[in-house]
Amino acid sequence: MRFTWFNLMPWPYLPDDFREKHRSVWVDIPNRLYDPERGHHVYHEYMDQLEYADALGFDGIGVNEHHQNGYGLMPSPNLIAASLARRTSRAAICVIGNSIACYNPPIRVAEEFAMLDVISGGRLVAGFPVGTPMDTNFCYGQIPALTRDKYREAHELIMRAWREEEPFAFDGKYTQLRWVNCWPKPVQKPHPPMYIPGGGSIETWDFCLDHDYNYSYLSFFGYLRAKSLMDGYWDQVAKRGKDASPHRAAFAQIICVAETDADAERLYAEHCLYFFNRCLHIYPGFADPPGYRTVNTIKFGALSAFVQNRQQILQNLTWKQLLDERFVIAGGPDTVRQQLEECIKGLRVGHLFCLFHNGNMPDWKTRLSSRLFAENVMPKLRDVWPEWQHDDRWWVKPMAARRRPEETLAATGGAR
Amino acid sequence: MKAHWIETPRGPRCRVFDAGSGAPLLFLHGAGGLLTDNAPLEALARHYRVLAPEFPGFGESTGEEHLEDMLDFTLHAGDVIHALGIDRPHVVGHSMGGMIAAELACLAPRDIDKLVLVAAAGLWLDTHPIPDLFTLLPHEFAELLFHDPVAGAALLTAGIDAGDPQSVQQFYIAHSRRLAMAGKILFPIPNRGVAKRLYRVRAQTLVLWGAEDRLLPPVYAERWAALIADSKLHVVENAGHMVPYEQPKEFARAVREFLG
Repeated sequence: MRFTWFNLMPWPYLPDDFREKHRSVWVDIPNRLYDPERGHHVYHEYMDQLEYADALGFDGIGVNEHHQNGYGLMPSPNLIAASLARRTSRAAICVIGNSIACYNPPIRVAEEFAMLDVISGGRLVAGFPVGTPMDTNFCYGQIPALTRDKYREAHELIMRAWREEEPFAFDGKYTQLRWVNCWPKPVQKPHPPMYIPGGGSIETWDFCLDHDYNYSYLSFFGYLRAKSLMDGYWDQVAKRGKDASPHRAAFAQIICVAETDADAERLYAEHCLYFFNRCLHIYPGFADPPGYRTVNTIKFGALSAFVQNRQQILQNLTWKQLLDERFVIAGGPDTVRQQLEECIKGLRVGHLFCLFHNGNMPDWKTRLSSRLFAENVMPKLRDVWPEWQHDDRWWVKPMAARRRPEETLAATGGAR
Repeated sequence: MKAHWIETPRGPRCRVFDAGSGAPLLFLHGAGGLLTDNAPLEALARHYRVLAPEFPGFGESTGEEHLEDMLDFTLHAGDVIHALGIDRPHVVGHSMGGMIAAELACLAPRDIDKLVLVAAAGLWLDTHPIPDLFTLLPHEFAELLFHDPVAGAALLTAGIDAGDPQSVQQFYIAHSRRLAMAGKILFPIPNRGVAKRLYRVRAQTLVLWGAEDRLLPPVYAERWAALIADSKLHVVENAGHMVPYEQPKEFARAVREFLG
């Protein structure tokens, strides 16, 4: 079982009346709410936390891409990942990922991911999301009904660019390049482990299975609600005659660990509620533009009723509800271990994206929760899948002889 | 109105409503498709042979995968004219249909007779940014599109049983399918550069607009009229963007006066 420490990097200074004054945390949130000088400290705090997670022994540290929002401040996750590649040398660097349908030409993603893989010595996990409609359609202007087609073409171009050893021409519908010639190319062969974050489109399942990529269901609404969707995925895995390795799938879960269950509420409740009440305050008109989801996905309907009512649910959330619904797994180490085991086994996932920093959680609490998890929970969940423990098809294969720039930093007195 | 089917060489299979007799008049619908209430078409059919095709992705028509950009949509309109076997029809285009009609008049100026642009999309003025149709929830459309939103909502939801989840889901899927298709030429900004091609329009043109259009305010009507050489402007009072449906008699009267 693998654990990646993931930071969404939310803006922690959204005002108390944010929900009343603004219709959305995404797309049209006025950027006067952003303060660059505070932002300087926020970025460094978040990046320090990711480096701390490496030191704590997490398998991976994770970043992702979002635009024009107060929910996640990484329009370019590759910039953060580049810095992490220099300051860490052990953990996988999971960029989950680059929204490849947004890039023109998408060869830019092939190049930057190759740079990250080379600089990190083969530690990159490469994520290719279609992207949320807020990001891909409303912020980056991609036509909803053509987004998936453009995504497929961008994927084809990037994979060929990594595979081919001679320049080639690419005559695509969205991208035409007479000379494709990716310098540098990735360390990992034939390519870094590929993760496809999904939000509930059933087409994504087949795409993952066609190429044997990891399917990562990134929900904030806990494993109880994720069950029907993941069951659908595993049914499809069986239907396609693929093995049932849990490493084919990953899930994102908000986790808060304290010494006791009561401490968890006292320490973390307000920050989790900040996340759900403010960071997920998304105008429904930005969440589902016609054409983004296919008719088949709409008909499958696993999410639709929930998506439609989501804003209402979020309005009246309490800490108890967050726990009862398992949106948040919080408590003393035993509680967290027991619920996470249920989550991991219930969804059949071999990789968990763990969200320890939530909303406006201060640094010390984030570190406390992460450390308690690493020391008291993670070791007990390592062997949930004994029969699959050597399956590394979806994991990084770093160079044995790679540089340790973070050690050079320490030697010259520049270390943390 | 009776309907029949046509197939175009590219692949789409389209339903065409066909009524009346006289000079052929091709009506190109907007992003919402043809409504159940056909009053404006019936009013025109008293004087012309009205042919109203549904674009792929709208109503019963299929083959949306064949149309991806402005040129595809425009050539499809030309293909429909050929498939119908009509010669130099008048073309009346509403909203998105007006955008396609204007483009057709640029690309194939000899293939059409007169042109009527009704609350046509296709232009953009920085001074008057157009509301983002694609952020609207289904129940928010009437407010933006109609002078009288209550009557408008009834027009948009005619035939749907709000108490039947199946009926509501079908409405939602049809709505999503139509706007997904429309987004190919209207998203994120409904401007595919027709302004620079309008010098090619040879057709006499009527620009017809609702005085209360909140989606494309009448300043856009003035812009179309300024860009098309042989054009007239007619503004209908007490009508919003859905002017043919809100004022079908006045709409038909103005069209008839212009077409003769």
